[in-house]
Amino acid sequence: MKRSEREKEFSRRTISRRGLILGGMQLGLAGTLLWRLRDMQLNQSEQFRLLAEENRINLRLLPPTRGLIIDRNGVLLAGNEQNYRVVIKRDDAGDIDLVLERLAQLIDLSEDEIERARRDMLRHRPFVPVTVAERLSWEEISRVAANAPALPGVTPEMGLSRYYPLRRDTAHVVGYVGPVSERDLEALEAPDPVLMIPRFQIGKSGVERMQEDRLRGRAGSQRVEVNAVGRVMRELDRVEGVPGGNVQLTIDAKLQNYALERLHGQSAAAVVMDVTNGDILALASGPSFDPNLFVRGISSTDFNALLNDEHRPLVNKTVQGMYPPGSTFKMVTALAALEAEVTDGRETVFCPGHMDIAGHRFHCWRRGGHGRVGMVSALSESCDVYFYEMAQRCGIDKINAMSTRLGLGIRYQLPITSVSAGLNPTREWKRNNRNSEWRIGDTVNASIGQGFVLTTPLQLAVMTARLATNTAVLPRLIREPLERSEDVAASLDLRPEWLRLIYRGMHETVNDRRGTAYSSRVVAEGQVMAGKTGTSQVFSITRAEREAGIRRQEDLPWNRRNHALFVDYAPADDPKIAVAVVVEHGGGGSSVAAPIGRDITLAALNDGRPPLSAYPAPQRNRIHSEQQEMEERLRRPEDMRLSRV
Amino acid sequence: MSYLEYNTKRMPSGLAKVLYLNWPLVAFLIATAAYGVVMLYSIAGGNLQPWAEPQARRFAIGLLVMFVVAFVPLWFWRSIAGLAYALSLILLLGVEFFGTVGMGAKRWLVIGPFRLQPSELAKITTIMALAAYYDALDLKKVSQPHWVILAALIALVPALLVLRQPDLGTAALIALGGGVVIFAAGVHWGYFAALIGSGVALATAVIASRGTEWQLLKDYQYRRIDAFLDPTIDPLGAGYHINQSMIALGSGGWSGRGFMEGTQARLNFLPEKHTDFIFTTLAEEFGFLGASSLLLLYMLILGVCLLTALRTTNRFGALLVIGVIGTFFLYFAVNMAMVMGLAPVVGVPLPLVSYGGSAMIVLMVGFGLVQSAHVHRSRLPS
Repeated sequence: MKRSEREKEFSRRTISRRGLILGGMQLGLAGTLLWRLRDMQLNQSEQFRLLAEENRINLRLLPPTRGLIIDRNGVLLAGNEQNYRVVIKRDDAGDIDLVLERLAQLIDLSEDEIERARRDMLRHRPFVPVTVAERLSWEEISRVAANAPALPGVTPEMGLSRYYPLRRDTAHVVGYVGPVSERDLEALEAPDPVLMIPRFQIGKSGVERMQEDRLRGRAGSQRVEVNAVGRVMRELDRVEGVPGGNVQLTIDAKLQNYALERLHGQSAAAVVMDVTNGDILALASGPSFDPNLFVRGISSTDFNALLNDEHRPLVNKTVQGMYPPGSTFKMVTALAALEAEVTDGRETVFCPGHMDIAGHRFHCWRRGGHGRVGMVSALSESCDVYFYEMAQRCGIDKINAMSTRLGLGIRYQLPITSVSAGLNPTREWKRNNRNSEWRIGDTVNASIGQGFVLTTPLQLAVMTARLATNTAVLPRLIREPLERSEDVAASLDLRPEWLRLIYRGMHETVNDRRGTAYSSRVVAEGQVMAGKTGTSQVFSITRAEREAGIRRQEDLPWNRRNHALFVDYAPADDPKIAVAVVVEHGGGGSSVAAPIGRDITLAALNDGRPPLSAYPAPQRNRIHSEQQEMEERLRRPEDMRLSRV
Repeated sequence: MSYLEYNTKRMPSGLAKVLYLNWPLVAFLIATAAYGVVMLYSIAGGNLQPWAEPQARRFAIGLLVMFVVAFVPLWFWRSIAGLAYALSLILLLGVEFFGTVGMGAKRWLVIGPFRLQPSELAKITTIMALAAYYDALDLKKVSQPHWVILAALIALVPALLVLRQPDLGTAALIALGGGVVIFAAGVHWGYFAALIGSGVALATAVIASRGTEWQLLKDYQYRRIDAFLDPTIDPLGAGYHINQSMIALGSGGWSGRGFMEGTQARLNFLPEKHTDFIFTTLAEEFGFLGASSLLLLYMLILGVCLLTALRTTNRFGALLVIGVIGTFFLYFAVNMAMVMGLAPVVGVPLPLVSYGGSAMIVLMVGFGLVQSAHVHRSRLPS
């Protein structure tokens, strides 16, 4: 419309005024924006930059490579193998169930595994990667990698996992590793952060556990830049960890394999020791188990089967099993009597088959009696009455002292779990634990390794080694050539004339026609054994059972039969090794334990396989067929991989 | 130079108009668009594709459009204002019935080979219509209630149609752009005071009613408000984008993390980094210097346009310019406030910088109108 000049002027003024007001408001708002910008970018920039760094940088721990465990010859006992696995992060996965469902279509996942992964994820903080599946094939891991876009938060990874190539052979010694548990963490004062990695494996038993610090090494770390969905874009820097140290054991894998197979079918333990330096060459506890099961996560069915087996495969009987030593203890009583000078060792004692002491009748194992026996024949024929007499003369305190001196009742510092101290009963012990005074009957029982006396097979081997060398040999399991080869064990200061009596007794046990282990003698030149059998009572046959016609061990249920024991050293004239064998509820020491001891001894002296020529000619046919049967079970040398360390 | 000859009585004609264009404005517009192209190049990881090159080409077209619009006499624009407004309303209704759906909203109208976003068009036509309305209206009637209500309807009808799409950001911009023209036309203060007053009262009522029996909004809506007011409440949900945006922006510091070095943008922590959140990337990579210089550039554009408005005696031209720059200001102010955590996340791009075709062309048409008003302004008598 046409406007007058006045109106035009009015309009212009109004618009100018309003326009300037609007401009001013805009300037003010722009100023606010600028102020906000300044505040964020200049005043709080440090804080925001930190947040940006947190956003983009992930610190990842690089698990160290666990050290190897090898035997004395370098045979690999515990190593690491490539392991492809799939990990998932809750943070990045979004819909966990959907991602897991998709994953299950690509790789073989059981309901259990899915459930476990879900549980692990909820238990840990959302950014912690959780392992869903392990030990995947290359094909499986490729499938996962190829489908990565459909699987947010899922990363295929390659790692190392523990494996035990000799499987059950060294299960009790080497032990096994398993995922870190809450209990493991609680036991540590300042747990290494690497332990927080889910399913990181820590030594659970045996050397793996006791040498954990040496084997584990130190974790490295890696800082990586990640994008908003957690994918690694690049590595920023990396601090290499320190791989774990290797551990070399004194064990001889071949001998260990032989010893374990020789115990086949029995609930038994065998220990072979180098008497010169205490090196444990074999520590076999049968039956054994495959430690690889535990690394992979043992199923509850398998675990319960192991747990409920009456032969207790999970127990390391060599150091954990405590048995009455029976007649293998008689050397202790003999030496105690000699040291107490209550006998010169040449006098004889009449054995009518029993002895009445303090109103009780104590039987000799031979009901008819041994007649007149000296110390040597009392040992070789294992006359009980002779030792009842000697024990009464010298008393429990002397027997105790000698027992300790010979290495019984001592917990040895070995890098394996559950090493037991056995029991070397004293008057004080009985007062404290049984609430009654020591009686003469207790001494009489102890004199033949019954009653309260308990020893482990390892202790019996140590005792035998000490007798053979007259030195305080200490067992050792870790081979450290420099450290202890020089310091020879201290002398036991047992008088040579005493030891000559013991040697003769042990020699005749095996090599004299009347000896209890005569049928297990060795005829090979320079490999002759000296030993002692033992049969220790677990339960005495009750009167009711006797009346029911049970006279013999074989008639009793397995778990009530006697333990069979045998200790020996060889060669008799120049001792190199000591062997102790305990067969739980095996029956008789001479019939069951002695042949095992003999075979293991021969194996130890002949690079893991007893030569047929070492056996008496009449036995060779039988032994040969036994050996052939066993050969099929034995591990072939080429199966034992030598590890280059 | 002719640009400085404010007192020229003679109206330029033909190619001579080139000399009378607002050249500083052209320079500032090109500089602003350059920011956009550089940032799009950086966001693509140092590539001209897929954003930088199309954006540059579109801006070139936009400049051409601006020149064409500038050369057309202002009276022509005034005379077609009503027609253009009616057309844009028809198109908006067309979207309502025939529009294509994209990103959860109906915004596009496909006519033959063209994809049209009528809501963008409506921003300009609404301003044109209101400027023409007040140019035609008797000055005495400007503040009379029914004439004010009619003006308000001119602004609100397209805004409500856009709101139905739904596009809250654009609807608000249309309404506010219209409001700016109404304000500039000299409508009495009281109307605005009443409007602001009732707005404040409503907001107070909404907040105060929370948790009571007569609470005005749903619980989830309140939670959204909470997340808006304090994005740290829900860093992985509603507040995620704003939080990440603020982290990126703040971490830029004084001079930024360096060209193509912004970790937040490059590592995808930022959403929509080539469109609505492009300012964040700029602030992250070029810091306070880069961000504030862009803000300064925007203010210079506003300044030179405002000068044009102040120097013309043409009522339509002056109102048109104020309306265009008002919309322009709202664009970048709302976008910047959003990425800085001062305003809710509404889909408003950064003008001339964000990647996008329709908005850019419409904006250049707007500046073409400003240029036309500048070239064809009624000069003041000396």
